[in-house]
Amino acid sequence: MHNAAPAPQLNALSTAARQQAVVAALLAVLPARCVLSDAEDTRPYECDGLAAYRQLPMVVTLPDTEEQVIAILGVCRELGVPIVPRGAGTGLSGGALPIADGVVLSTARLNRIVRVDAYARIAVVQPGVRNLAISEAAAQYALYYAPDPSSQIACSIGGNVAENSGGVHCLKYGLTVHNVLRVRVATIAGDIIELGGEALDAPGLDLLAVFIGSEGMLGIVTEVTVRLIPKPATARVIMASFGDVVTGGNAVASVIAAGIIPAGLEMMDQTSSRMVEPFVKAGYDTDAAAILLCEADGTHAEVEEEIARMTAVLEGAGASAITVSTSEAERMRFWSGRKNAFPAAGRISPDYYCMDGTIPRKRLAEVLTGIAQMEQTHGLRCANVFHAGDGNLHPLILFDANQPGEFERAEAFGADILALCVAVGGTITGEHGVGMEKINSMCLQFTRAELDAFFAVKRAFDPHGLLNPDKAIPTLNRCAEFGKMHVTAGRLPFAGLPRF
Amino acid sequence: MLENPLQAIEEQFRQTIVAASAAGTALRLRGGGSKDWYGQQLEGELLDTRAYAGIIDYEPTELVITARCGTPLAEIEAALAARNQMLAFEPPHFDPGATIGGVVASGLSGPRRSSAGALRDFVLGAVLMDGRGERLAFGGQVMKNVAGYDVSRLLAGSLGTLGLILEVSLKVLPLPLREATVRLECAEIAALRLLNEWAGKPLPIAANCWHDDVLSVRLSGADAAVAEALHTLGGEVVESSEALLFWAALREQTHAFFSGAGSLWRLSLPPQASAVILKGRQLIEWGGAQRWLKLDGETDVAGAQRIRQTVAAAGGHATLFRGGDKSVGVFHPLAPAVAQIHQRLRLSFDPASIFNRHRMY
Repeated sequence: MHNAAPAPQLNALSTAARQQAVVAALLAVLPARCVLSDAEDTRPYECDGLAAYRQLPMVVTLPDTEEQVIAILGVCRELGVPIVPRGAGTGLSGGALPIADGVVLSTARLNRIVRVDAYARIAVVQPGVRNLAISEAAAQYALYYAPDPSSQIACSIGGNVAENSGGVHCLKYGLTVHNVLRVRVATIAGDIIELGGEALDAPGLDLLAVFIGSEGMLGIVTEVTVRLIPKPATARVIMASFGDVVTGGNAVASVIAAGIIPAGLEMMDQTSSRMVEPFVKAGYDTDAAAILLCEADGTHAEVEEEIARMTAVLEGAGASAITVSTSEAERMRFWSGRKNAFPAAGRISPDYYCMDGTIPRKRLAEVLTGIAQMEQTHGLRCANVFHAGDGNLHPLILFDANQPGEFERAEAFGADILALCVAVGGTITGEHGVGMEKINSMCLQFTRAELDAFFAVKRAFDPHGLLNPDKAIPTLNRCAEFGKMHVTAGRLPFAGLPRF
Repeated sequence: MLENPLQAIEEQFRQTIVAASAAGTALRLRGGGSKDWYGQQLEGELLDTRAYAGIIDYEPTELVITARCGTPLAEIEAALAARNQMLAFEPPHFDPGATIGGVVASGLSGPRRSSAGALRDFVLGAVLMDGRGERLAFGGQVMKNVAGYDVSRLLAGSLGTLGLILEVSLKVLPLPLREATVRLECAEIAALRLLNEWAGKPLPIAANCWHDDVLSVRLSGADAAVAEALHTLGGEVVESSEALLFWAALREQTHAFFSGAGSLWRLSLPPQASAVILKGRQLIEWGGAQRWLKLDGETDVAGAQRIRQTVAAAGGHATLFRGGDKSVGVFHPLAPAVAQIHQRLRLSFDPASIFNRHRMY
């Protein structure tokens, strides 16, 4: 519920006339190629990676420059029209879901790498630049941008800033918030502000920290400065098998207790390994109840030393089999299974619904047992892949949307999993964001006063509530109605895009 | 009467805060007072947080510690050291009484910051009591959490201006397996160049310091990595107990550079910024990103302006860290649009402006 009512003159108009008025106002400040309003042109923007939620926007804008971003914000501010920012549209929580009477602001054309400074170890890029393109541009200097969300081939850095994206290496290398030095932002008031800078800190409150992960609700990013780090000389991965998931979970704790922070630490349950093995032939032990992938990176000597220590710890922790990659090809093969878990789910099941809870790792066994019970209750299967190092669990609920009721059962199953994550001291989302998808579950995790505080933060940046309103933070009314809501569960488009 | 003494203390805090908000009177939030000298101005009736103390939860294998604001930093560090872990951002104590609440509110980090990250990078969650006396929990005890805005990180360095930090959860890291320190003779410009070049290579450099034409570099990591780096860097290896004392003296600013009267400026700069030409002595940390400027006398308005302009032109900002006449402004002025957001944010948590009034600006 955006609290800025449309300007009175707009309010009185019919939908078509309102659209005409907004388009006319936008065309007064933008070239025609930057404004889309025919349904056939705006259709591709009706959803993001969570395609079960769809809404045709009134208008889509594609600015080429920062000045045009400011102009769009000015028109929307004057007319009281809500704005939904959109990066590459790969998000999994409906954060870029349009609003029927709103304007989508796509950063797709703001896609220039402004500069890569190898000496300073930074890259300055526009928001529409793809995550992987930054590392590609930095590769000639043996540097890279560390956060590697699974969709990194397609997702944009602006979207990463909005979601505080992670990746499989974030235990060691951090999330977006740890790797972005500065954002340049157009505010709804039409100001350009810079949060952070090339120095390691900025004066005053750390607005950069609160901006990152704010799901496009506080301002429009027009430029990002990211930190680049040296590429490790080499990496090797251990694949360890465990007879039960509890032993596997405890082995993760043993690795950490031994003072090791692996570059990657991932777990898959048997349902997952059996699901991916026929698909990718990664060489997984499909008899094991759980498989752990544990990676070391660094110099050759450092990696040898760490692999030896990790092997000893995993053996001591009860691994039934251990294989260490001996070549880059083998390392990639071991990872391929984990990285193809989502497509594999799509292969064995007509639909699947990916959850994103984070839990204290010590509660893993309890949560997996709970999920197994829910499989019975809801009559659906669930495969579990787990960023074990940081406790981020991705249960993949398998269902068939064509079977009456399965949609709703998958949705209820997912909500139950999130409720369990909150109950054990975790969170409803580790890296995918709240968006529209998990907005009801926010009511479980936060009190009324805490939700009020979030709204107050939003108002500090966006006093009239025009930037991506109705996302991420539920109104109290919504929380009051929670339970009576009827929304369809999410299905993933971009079937070919890696997801992990 | 509340049975639990901690609940009683929290209730007392609440009553004090609600009463102060109603009357519009200022409250001065304070832990051990180890950083009373830091910031613009101390104002208001003292609210001492030290009774609200204790480690709530520490699970070494989860890499998280949660403690109440009044817990001494020393107690937390001892608990971590007993399990071979540490606060990798090496917050300075400045006084044995430093509390974890004050550590988070002041937002300061030590020598290891340039490699491990700053305090704000390790904040996972916090419980805040706002100006209405509401207990608000943000973030949590898990590594990855994107539910709601990241208000807990916003509290890092907020100098208590948003509210009373009741509890905080911090990510912890294992102690390095091996450490070694080397020293090289080196002029300032050459040192800055070396530090920037090294930072672009996969070297396990954990901390560094240039002062008086000597560059000290601390290496941390696996045995093999440290051994290789020692070979690459060259220089003279410092005896380990001496090295420990050196890095501790830097962290606590007991190093001779910091002694004596006068004013100490903290220059936060892009590490790649070339040598800053200003009157006074300098000591460089964090690969060039933190440079200390020591002046024997006070800094007058014109002097402060010169420092701020020079540093801003190089892409950084300057803080009058210690000593000197604070009327020149302790913190770098904010851009008007940013200052407006600050003000609105502050008022949203503290509508009656009671908390640490004028401590920041």
